[in-house]
Amino acid sequence: MGNLLSILTFLPIVAAAVMALVLRGDSPATRKNALWAALIVTSVTFLLSLKLLTGFDASNTGFQFVEERHWIMGLNYKMGVDGISILFVLLTTFLMPLTILSAWKVEMRVKDYMIAFLVLEGLMIGVFTALDLVLFYLFFEAGLIPMFLIIGIWGGKDRIYAAFKFFLYTFLGSVLMLVAMIAMYRMAGTTDIPTLMTFKFPSESLSLWGFHIVGGVQTLLWFAFFASFAVKMPMWPVHTWLPDAHVQAPTAGSVVLAAVLLKMGGYGFLRFSLPMFPVASMHLTPFIFTLSAIAIVYTSLVALAQTDMKKLIAYSSVAHMGYVTMGIFAANQQGIDGAIFQMLSHGFISGALFLCVGVIYDRMHTREIDAYGGLVNRMPAYALIFMFFTMANVGLPGTSGFIGEFLTLMGAFQVNTWVAMFATTGVILSAAYALWLLARVVMGQLTKDSLRAITDMSAREKLVMAPLVAMTLLLGVYPSLVTDRIGPSVAALVQTYHAAVAAAPASE
Amino acid sequence: MDHVDFSLVRPEIALSLYAMAALMLAVYTSKDGMARFITWATVAVMVVLAAWIGLCNLPEGTAFGGAMHIDAFARFAKVTILLSAAAVLAMSDDWMVRQGMARFEYPILITLAVVGMMVMVSAGDLMTLYMGLELQSLALYVVAAFRRDSVRSNEAGLKYFVLGALSSGLLLYGASLVYGFTGTTLFTGIAAAATGGHLTLGALFGLVFVIAGLAFKVSAVPFHMWTPDVYEGSPTPVTAFFATAPKVAAMGLIARVLFDAFGGAVADWSQIIALLAVLSMFVGAVAAIRQTDIKRLMAYSSIAHMGFALVGLAAGTAAGVQATLTYMAIYAAMNVATFAFILGMERGGKPATDIEDLSLIARVEPTRALALLVLMFSLAGVPPMLGFFAKFAVLRAAVDADMAWLAILGVVASVIGAYYYLRIVYVMYFGAEREQAQLRGGPVAWLMLVGGAAVMVLGVVNLFGIEGAAAAAAQALVP
Repeated sequence: MGNLLSILTFLPIVAAAVMALVLRGDSPATRKNALWAALIVTSVTFLLSLKLLTGFDASNTGFQFVEERHWIMGLNYKMGVDGISILFVLLTTFLMPLTILSAWKVEMRVKDYMIAFLVLEGLMIGVFTALDLVLFYLFFEAGLIPMFLIIGIWGGKDRIYAAFKFFLYTFLGSVLMLVAMIAMYRMAGTTDIPTLMTFKFPSESLSLWGFHIVGGVQTLLWFAFFASFAVKMPMWPVHTWLPDAHVQAPTAGSVVLAAVLLKMGGYGFLRFSLPMFPVASMHLTPFIFTLSAIAIVYTSLVALAQTDMKKLIAYSSVAHMGYVTMGIFAANQQGIDGAIFQMLSHGFISGALFLCVGVIYDRMHTREIDAYGGLVNRMPAYALIFMFFTMANVGLPGTSGFIGEFLTLMGAFQVNTWVAMFATTGVILSAAYALWLLARVVMGQLTKDSLRAITDMSAREKLVMAPLVAMTLLLGVYPSLVTDRIGPSVAALVQTYHAAVAAAPASE
Repeated sequence: MDHVDFSLVRPEIALSLYAMAALMLAVYTSKDGMARFITWATVAVMVVLAAWIGLCNLPEGTAFGGAMHIDAFARFAKVTILLSAAAVLAMSDDWMVRQGMARFEYPILITLAVVGMMVMVSAGDLMTLYMGLELQSLALYVVAAFRRDSVRSNEAGLKYFVLGALSSGLLLYGASLVYGFTGTTLFTGIAAAATGGHLTLGALFGLVFVIAGLAFKVSAVPFHMWTPDVYEGSPTPVTAFFATAPKVAAMGLIARVLFDAFGGAVADWSQIIALLAVLSMFVGAVAAIRQTDIKRLMAYSSIAHMGFALVGLAAGTAAGVQATLTYMAIYAAMNVATFAFILGMERGGKPATDIEDLSLIARVEPTRALALLVLMFSLAGVPPMLGFFAKFAVLRAAVDADMAWLAILGVVASVIGAYYYLRIVYVMYFGAEREQAQLRGGPVAWLMLVGGAAVMVLGVVNLFGIEGAAAAAAQALVP
């Protein structure tokens, strides 16, 4: 199959279009059909994506499965994966069937819900596989539409505010990136990402309206991309849309948001900022380190104070993304390996944590921590799973969370000891808020009358959790499963980055 | 003047003859009884003309001693104008019948306005320009006040007329200055007078007035004041028409004047156009936020869109003109489809235009709501809809012309603008529980709406091939 990536991208979208045309009304039968159709499509997509893994040659650091066609306005439709992007594609396809399963009991406008998720899946895969600037932008932005609707239609009480905030925040970040892309096209004469990765954008310092800009054009472009990726990631201080969006989004929406959409920011830094603007990245590394350290410490403290479970996990996500940005800009093998690992691992763990909240929310219709306590007495299986993912979130050795945090910290330590030190306090803080959450919700005596009749997880809910538990453990004990795939591409990236930095004129 | 001149303007002649024949036919037979027949006949004539101009290789050249330019640019603009006018006529037929307004004058006036527009986009002389513009405008003043028993409609017509007359005055004053300082009204002659890339001060002064007069026609800020009131007061089909064909024609005319007559002095006018563009984008985006009436909202939306289209012209390059033409074609298609939706809104047999009337309409009318959703995202410029590619084209032209600041301001304005388009989506899909308007409308309006939405999505594949035509058109104007 020469066009596997196009098939992966467009299979869910085409399936969604067919569902929109064929399924009519909102009868129980239609709902069942919609759910099953979505489950089958996402599963088939996942199985097809496994072919990507088997056909992938890790030692080849270039792009593989490349397809290229002429498109409009002098652009190309070009797709491909390398070691950095392939696992994000798999993360997406792996999580989508589970997401669909987790939404099995939704009652409202099920068909539309499934269509939105299928479209979203296609667009997310497109983001990770696009090899043309504008094509990337197209997928990157288009994903906002289904997510806006998912939060807006199926969300909680303040969903309208959250949906608008989500959309406008990310939209503003991205349009600046669009201008930068056009400027890059003008300078390099192409929108082809592999070519741009080897193109040397000018980095001589320049002065603009009286400001002295070290790194020159590269720095300006870097900031335009940063505006987009930092919001998406999200980095402190532009993270404030995330808690709102997470709290209001339905469970499945939260899972996709935390597990995949946030990774687009990190992926963007790896695909664009580091290789295309190495000199600017070098100059701005202290800036990123500062923001990352603040994100890790500050948002962990904020998480401690939360009374809403989803908000707490959302802030914990921001903190964990802090490790990712720190690892990426450490710009060494361990740092970037760790950043990618942390993103994948966070995909499983935060997805699972949001599912855990969803399980009890479906029963009690509240996310207030105070409304729970002593669930272990009525829900032993749930308690076990919740504890497992809490530990993984804290970074207990043996789970994937540990590997990611350890690698990024190690990478950062080699570059900047202070940042590593501050970031390490985040490990302790994360233990504090996560374990305290576990203690308040699951442990202790069951004293609340409202919880006396609560039932343990159903078979479907366990089925959703099982693959996530398996992956978290597997990556925790056998991390080279990931690092072997990404290693050579990361090594190549690190090498070209340092070569470009060394070749750059010394900063004055 | 010989038969070659006339053979170049055969489409204009054919359309004028048709308008007169239709007028005679209706007046001497059953008058308003013929209204629907004449509407559909007009639609057919326009579609045939569009196909003739677009597909058959009609001869090109200048006619009447340079007073008219028949080239690829004119061809592109004419096809866009004819098709959007035909679409608006076709989809409003049902509305006119429902509202008891099916009068035979309406399609005939529209036809005459279209003749004026076709002259405008071919103008090669300040006099031709003025003739075409007035032929169009006079017809439009009348259709704005077409609902004789409605105070709002009369007010709209009067406002449009008074302000339109003012703008014509400005234009004429500018034209006379240009004539005075260059000694000719021919575009080619004016272009020859601009030596060394700059105009004489007097001619520049004239140019400013000409631009002011033309900016009024595309409702660019600060000459936009009439737009919201006229859009709101006019009958909805007329509003739909105002938002599409005349805008294309006026933008085409601006491009004509700027490049054919003043193309040698790009630096002199580029800043003016850029300023108009920035003001239009921001005023259009900010002022639309508080609107509760969907027609007023569309008025501000079109102001903002004209700002974006002007960005392409401000670039002053062939790529910029191509971008503007692509923008206008996509803009016209989006507006036709959006108005096909608005035409259907009704409450108790009366047209409804309150945005709140759309509350949760997605539950009862899923298909139409989905189509409007696609159109709103397209108007906001969110990919993968065509509206994004329109914006992308003009932004790229601006950056290529070293006007990155204009592109940055443009994208900031587009984020502000996204808010009100999103608000319509929000009202339709997750707004407050409220009694909705009914959505009426015959199969034609439905087809225009759903077809328009499909075009917005499917256009991502190859833009339906308008790229090549737009490139050829731009090449004709900016060699």
